[in-house]
Amino acid sequence: MKHVIIIGGGVAGMQCASELARQGVKVTIIEKESDTGGKVKNWHKLFPTFTPASEVLSGLRHKIAATDNVTIKTGCEATEISSNCVGLASGEELSCDAVVIATGYTLFDARIKEEYGYGIYDNVITAADLEEMFNKNDVRLVDGRVPRRIAILHCVGSRDEKVCQRHCSKVCCVTGVKQAIELKQTFPSADVFNFYMDIRMFGPGYEEMYREAQQKYNVHFVRGRISEVSPTIDNRLQIKAEDTLTGRPLKIGVDMLVLLIGMRANDMNAKLESGNGLLRQASGFMQPKDAFLGNAESNVDGIFYAGAVTAPKNVAEALCDGATAAARVADWLSKKE
Amino acid sequence: MKRSSWTDYQKDIADDHYYYARSCIRQNFFPGSEKVFLDILGNKLGRDIFDDPLHTSCTGIGYHSDVVPLETIMTVVARQFALMSEAGYENFTSSCITSFGIYTELLATWEEFPETEEKTRENLYKATGREFKKPKNLAHTSDVIFHHREEIAQKAVRKLINYHTGEPLKVVEHIGCHYAKIFPKSGIGGSEFPYVLAGMVESWGGELVDYPERRHCCGFGFRNYLVQANRGYSIANSHKKLESMAPYKPDFIVCNCPGCSMFLDKWQYTIAEMEGTTYGSGGQGIPVLTYEEMAGLVLGYDPWELGMQMHQVDVEPLLDKMGIEYDPSAKYLGRNGKYLGRPERAIVNSCSKDTLYKIKL
Repeated sequence: MKHVIIIGGGVAGMQCASELARQGVKVTIIEKESDTGGKVKNWHKLFPTFTPASEVLSGLRHKIAATDNVTIKTGCEATEISSNCVGLASGEELSCDAVVIATGYTLFDARIKEEYGYGIYDNVITAADLEEMFNKNDVRLVDGRVPRRIAILHCVGSRDEKVCQRHCSKVCCVTGVKQAIELKQTFPSADVFNFYMDIRMFGPGYEEMYREAQQKYNVHFVRGRISEVSPTIDNRLQIKAEDTLTGRPLKIGVDMLVLLIGMRANDMNAKLESGNGLLRQASGFMQPKDAFLGNAESNVDGIFYAGAVTAPKNVAEALCDGATAAARVADWLSKKE
Repeated sequence: MKRSSWTDYQKDIADDHYYYARSCIRQNFFPGSEKVFLDILGNKLGRDIFDDPLHTSCTGIGYHSDVVPLETIMTVVARQFALMSEAGYENFTSSCITSFGIYTELLATWEEFPETEEKTRENLYKATGREFKKPKNLAHTSDVIFHHREEIAQKAVRKLINYHTGEPLKVVEHIGCHYAKIFPKSGIGGSEFPYVLAGMVESWGGELVDYPERRHCCGFGFRNYLVQANRGYSIANSHKKLESMAPYKPDFIVCNCPGCSMFLDKWQYTIAEMEGTTYGSGGQGIPVLTYEEMAGLVLGYDPWELGMQMHQVDVEPLLDKMGIEYDPSAKYLGRNGKYLGRPERAIVNSCSKDTLYKIKL
């Protein structure tokens, strides 16, 4: 029985595992955290359908549980990777016939953009923090009050040369729209502002959701970046920005600022490049063998990619990637015989 | 506020043996500041600091006003470094924020574009026959005071507290754009959450005011002020800052930069005359201090020895709050008791009774 090791138990890794297992391949998932699910397990609802993230995860877990072919090793970190062997931090070595790298991405650390005051001022939170608040059904200001005016800032750690993140993280725009709608649903009388560079509604249903946010929920969209956030004497946040459509500077006070942090490449990608000869893109994400016909394969035989390890992707794309990687691995294993 | 990010921005500050470069404008407006800095370093702290009469302006104001070309300022700066090398020093400390920004910028330029350094060496040699070594350590004089702030606190005769209430004095700090906005890593605390002055204030018992326009430019901005037609823009920036800080009722403002101290002090007079608006308690202005003056008060220097009679906004309300004894009749006596002349009474100071004022309390 062929054995494939999947590094990363997020949605792409889980999808890939379930597809390979279904085809009779023995699969081991190496997950560094205590549970599978990756970033999605901390998310509340998914755009554009507002599907609970937990539903997607339970579907994947159900598929994996339906087979005996998948072993999940949580709390394990892969330190050495080759196409036929994976070394773990514990010293254990697992032999295999192929490896799928599905290690995803790292959320941009908002503290690096000091001018927004994350970690310094109360009520400056990230999109990930807001999802956790929604999960706990507890969206409140630090002092327990209900926010009356909320700003959402796009492109924090994306398309930003100052922090060496030139790429677009792709999903933040639609996340901003989704979270704005959720905030309006939670606090109908609140004013919600989205500060954006461009609104990139690339997926099915996204543009419609953007329109609905404006027409049905009266979410405000301001084309301009926030330059600076400061505390005010009444413990609110003063925001300075430029409305580039009217060409005027803007200064408003808000109760809460949500930073739409981008996806950046994992630090371990550098090691994958130096240690394994795997190619890496300028953005730091891994480089697939071919952008069109080999996007689940690496430039090294027997090592495959799934999910956001190669570029920022949404959940649907990551799931698709997982299935594609499984098909490419199965094909490769059959040729290997 | 969970303000800890300043610890991410640390830099090496030499502990001793400094070559001192003065500011062009500071001695006119805050004449005791540089003198007291030398006295604190040399006599109170026992450090070696060389005040070289041979050095010149760095020409930074001309450079930022587009009248001094880059090659020229590089050669002038190279000459300052040559003087430092000739005097046997390696640690360069500059009194002026503009100069500090210039030195930082040019050292970074030489690092990034070595051919410009070579060309500068050639120009300096041709013009003066001098050669230079780059400083081993570059610090602004506020960095040096920051470095010694705990030692100063140990020698302090008073703290930054209200003598009458025991409460910490509320202090607005302003670091100046060229201290860290150009190269955030060159300033203690970076540009967003600067700590160089805040560290002094906290070590000496005061309380920092973190107001919304804390990072905003004072309004000097070189061409904002130097071109007369732009001065409305200059004062508008100072006005914005003063409006923003007033609700916090600061006891005084401490500045890092010669230009900022001057503008935040003198524009208060102008705003009061133009609008009848004053921002300090009792209908007066908010006193503006240099960090050397602040250190001097903490160490027990006489305010008139510090040159504080030259301020636009009277400092007596602050001196009274700190419980500092001073001789009012000696205020306008200069060196050797020579009478300096008394300035006209201004709204921002004396608040004439026959004028209606919008006083922010």
